[in-house]
Amino acid sequence: MLYAVLCYNDENAVATWSKEEDDACMARLGQVEDGMKAKGKMGPVARLLPTTSATTLRKTSGEPLIIDGPFAETKEQFLGFYLADCDSLDEAIAFAKELIKANPSGGGYEIRPVGIFHPSELG
Amino acid sequence: MVDNAWIAAALIAARPQALSALLRYFRNLDAAEEAFQEASLRAVRTWPVKGPPRDTVAWLIFVGRNSGIDAVRKTRRNVALPSEEHLSDLDDAEVDIAERLDGAHYRDDILRLLFVCCHPDLPANQQIALALRVVAGLPLRQIARAFLVSEVAMEQRITRAKARIAANNVPFDPPDEEGRLERLGVVAMMIYLVFNEGYSRGHSDPDAALLCDEAIRLGRLLQHLFPSEPEVMGLVALMLLQHARHRARTDAEGQIVLLEDQDRTLWDGPMLAEGRALVEKALRHQEPGTYQVQAAIAAQHARAKRAEDTDWGAIDRLYQTLEVIQPSPVVTLNRAVAVSKAYGPEAALALIAPLGDRLDSYFHYHGVRGGLLLQLGNTSGAREAFNRAIALAGSPAEAAHIRLHLDRLAAQPALPPASAIN
Repeated sequence: MLYAVLCYNDENAVATWSKEEDDACMARLGQVEDGMKAKGKMGPVARLLPTTSATTLRKTSGEPLIIDGPFAETKEQFLGFYLADCDSLDEAIAFAKELIKANPSGGGYEIRPVGIFHPSELG
Repeated sequence: MVDNAWIAAALIAARPQALSALLRYFRNLDAAEEAFQEASLRAVRTWPVKGPPRDTVAWLIFVGRNSGIDAVRKTRRNVALPSEEHLSDLDDAEVDIAERLDGAHYRDDILRLLFVCCHPDLPANQQIALALRVVAGLPLRQIARAFLVSEVAMEQRITRAKARIAANNVPFDPPDEEGRLERLGVVAMMIYLVFNEGYSRGHSDPDAALLCDEAIRLGRLLQHLFPSEPEVMGLVALMLLQHARHRARTDAEGQIVLLEDQDRTLWDGPMLAEGRALVEKALRHQEPGTYQVQAAIAAQHARAKRAEDTDWGAIDRLYQTLEVIQPSPVVTLNRAVAVSKAYGPEAALALIAPLGDRLDSYFHYHGVRGGLLLQLGNTSGAREAFNRAIALAGSPAEAAHIRLHLDRLAAQPALPPASAIN
């Protein structure tokens, strides 16, 4: 079963990290990723830029409405995701636990089973 | 990071919003800062034990407000309020404050706090110091180091700035729409001043780079308050696109490396991507402004994988737009560089010829002019212009860069001007 592990955190708090702190965190998360890769279970991974760079389209009766910013103002923002092939929810939880241990900040990881997945052509 | 680093990060992130609400409550910057400080201390004590509150900003405002009242009561020898261990359980109170925060209030609160720091009576260096201390919450030691002054001197500078603000009346009435936009403009300029203070210092100095980071953070804060203002997007984009090049801007000896000579693999990819996304978002609004156009110029450089891929014609057109929005000889001088790349040094020299009177004491004017004359083979003219530039250099790095040109000139036999060759 394919699982998406979605990272939520306060982006303003993450933005206070120094370059060194950010690099160190990414390196630790990279090690967790490598563990899954070694088992042939790691899918695409993405880190998103801040919500201030987001644009949102809302369906209306006419032309869609284009809004500067994320869909909703929330205290924690969607910052990135992992796709992993896990045998069970337990395995997905174990993976997310490794991620949360590697990440020094607050926030959380949401585990969502994937319905449709089109493999990437971007490599 | 140590285990409780998340608390430090949460406190820094919450600071502008919590402090500005406390400023509205106490109507006094020192009292608001003391209350925030006290609330932060209590957070460090309480949060590791009880876990973080659901809404950190609301918690800090609530506890800060009560600690402030505590302080007032203590001086009146009255009984203090219950401790924060009890207060933090009062979820109802948190919700109440959070609801009031979600309204239009907090935007005006933060804008007021930023606006207070850039009061027109304050000289630029006091505005910057105050914003870094009060809004960003940087330790005095760090600010002093970034400005290359002693801590005592920096403390005096900030104290003087605060005294000046206290003497003026802090504007507590919510501004009307026009007043709000006026404040926004003043604040945006202050943030760009903070950025330039770091940028102009050169990035071999980590303390100067810190100023750029903080300016970007303040810019993003402003963007959260005004998510649809294209000039705010432009400001943040401009800072990101310039800062993304910081590792390539100076060499190991601290010398300036010109854009065309920079190792573009050292540019920060995600930062450039964010900057370019913001420029495109801003331009969709079709309300061009100076930050947006400058950011669009920086974005043109960012998209060129090699220096020779740069679309100088597009950059020339953007500078022409800038000349209309903000006519200035310095803008024309910058345009001349694009013109020389797109159409040759002669066209560029013709463009800057009328600027001589107004820019005679401007370092870059003579530097650019020397470079153009050199391209035309006019070595004696170039030497004269470079000598003039060195005399006007604002930093050792600037002077060293021009000296490099002079040394190269000295190393080669004087050539006749290009016109003589032709």
